[in-house]
Amino acid sequence: MIRVEHLVKRYGDFTALDDVSFELKEGEVVGLLGPNGAGKTTLLRLLVSFLKPDEGKVEIDGMDTRKAILEQKIKSKIGYLPEQAPLYEDMLVEEYLEFIGRMQGIGEGEIGDRVDAVIDKCALAEKRNAEINTLSKGYRQRVGIAQALIHNPRIVILDEPTTGLDPKQRIEIRDLIREIGKDRTVILSSHILSEVQSTCSRVIIINRGQIVADGTPEDLERSARGNAKILVEISEERLPLLDRLKGLEGVLEATMTEKKIIIEVGKDIEVRSEVARLVVQSDAGLLSLAREETSLEDIFINLTNQGNE
Amino acid sequence: MNRTIVLAKKEINSYLNSPLGYIVAGVFLVASGYLFMQGFFIAGQVSMRGFFALMPAVLLFILPAVTMSSWAEEKRSGTAEVLLTLPLENGQTVLGKFLAAFSFLAMLLILTFAIPMMLGDLGTYDGGAVLAGYIGTLFLGAAYIAIGLWVSSVTKNQITAFLMALVVIFLFYIVGSSFLLDSMPALAATLGKNLSLATHFNSILRGVISLKDIVYYVSVVILFLFLNAQAVRERKWR
Repeated sequence: MIRVEHLVKRYGDFTALDDVSFELKEGEVVGLLGPNGAGKTTLLRLLVSFLKPDEGKVEIDGMDTRKAILEQKIKSKIGYLPEQAPLYEDMLVEEYLEFIGRMQGIGEGEIGDRVDAVIDKCALAEKRNAEINTLSKGYRQRVGIAQALIHNPRIVILDEPTTGLDPKQRIEIRDLIREIGKDRTVILSSHILSEVQSTCSRVIIINRGQIVADGTPEDLERSARGNAKILVEISEERLPLLDRLKGLEGVLEATMTEKKIIIEVGKDIEVRSEVARLVVQSDAGLLSLAREETSLEDIFINLTNQGNE
Repeated sequence: MNRTIVLAKKEINSYLNSPLGYIVAGVFLVASGYLFMQGFFIAGQVSMRGFFALMPAVLLFILPAVTMSSWAEEKRSGTAEVLLTLPLENGQTVLGKFLAAFSFLAMLLILTFAIPMMLGDLGTYDGGAVLAGYIGTLFLGAAYIAIGLWVSSVTKNQITAFLMALVVIFLFYIVGSSFLLDSMPALAATLGKNLSLATHFNSILRGVISLKDIVYYVSVVILFLFLNAQAVRERKWR
């Protein structure tokens, strides 16, 4: 559906995207994750043909976006919400959606139904006749999404759809995105990890213009470098205990500070029952025992910190 | 073509829905009407010649105010990103904005029809000359608008767009004035005279609409609309 090959984009001396390649299949919901300035917006702008690549190419449904003759055809396959949801402030919600619909080539007979459908889908009925400059940030974002859906595109691209919203609005937009993703290919960008984790079937992490990770949220967690930790809380410090724990198979390191023991183990090693037995045997008074996996959050911070220092 | 019209309609509506549109129309009518009437009774002639003679100077301030926001505001607010990712060719988008501003100019001129109606009450006047005057003003205004739109497409700020358009149009206008031409070598003087927006306007005002003048104005419009489309294509403002 979307194929990106060796994409490079420069602004003067600054390389915003550096040899980015990936492929998206029909129906995927993809989260583009990265810190601010990583190149997310640039990548999305290249996908929607707002910018032209310096090197490499983007193919939408097998059509090369560099070919001017295909430009209109490609553009009408995509619905796009730019960052900050820019809208014509002096128009009414309904009027604006109608305008975008007509510009997308929807005919006179159909336009009313399409506007009704997106107003319904994006829960905008209440604000249908409101002037856009009177809307709250959450409603603006919904008008922006409605505008991107008006011509029923098979690809929807949303640049930071939840930035600047309050938690309630964020959940609403997230639900809406999940709904949209049921029958379309969706790409959204975000610098908030939990957002992507909860809405996307695939995550692409970019940093400094390059892809540093690509996979399902679970894949990324599994392949995370580093080990799992077992945290043990005890009521009495017993010195021989630590040596016995270190002696267990699969344990890499064990440390004890103020009645808290941290045991590092390999990522696929399960030693919790042995640890529990040893602690109880040495009469240390077991209070709690928990395994902590490296979270996607850790991976994200880890990956995006590389080369930044 | 259909999409060009949709865009033009939307732009015209935004002129008519904004206070700026009414301020511009008000200033145009008051300024041109007042300046014309000042000399009208002194000259004592039932003619609109004096009115059209004012147009180059009055429109110099009016039309840049109409075109200044066309692109600059889209870029500032980010809506350009929506507009330019819609399935239109750059040429269609540029043409849509031009048609909107041109229609607004036509509306302004229709509002001045009160003047020839009044003249009809005062005596008989040369209808052909009035018609030529209106046509000439439309051509002149179309050139101003094309220049103003191009300037707006290379800036991000409305005020800059207004002032720059004013300067560019002014230069295009005075390049044919006699005090400049007299001090120039013959070849440059001929060139300046033929390039000037004023020369061709004055020749239409004399009541003769020649092909040469029409070709000139149409070329200026096409040239600047082309530059405009080019600036948009290259996303010049980044």
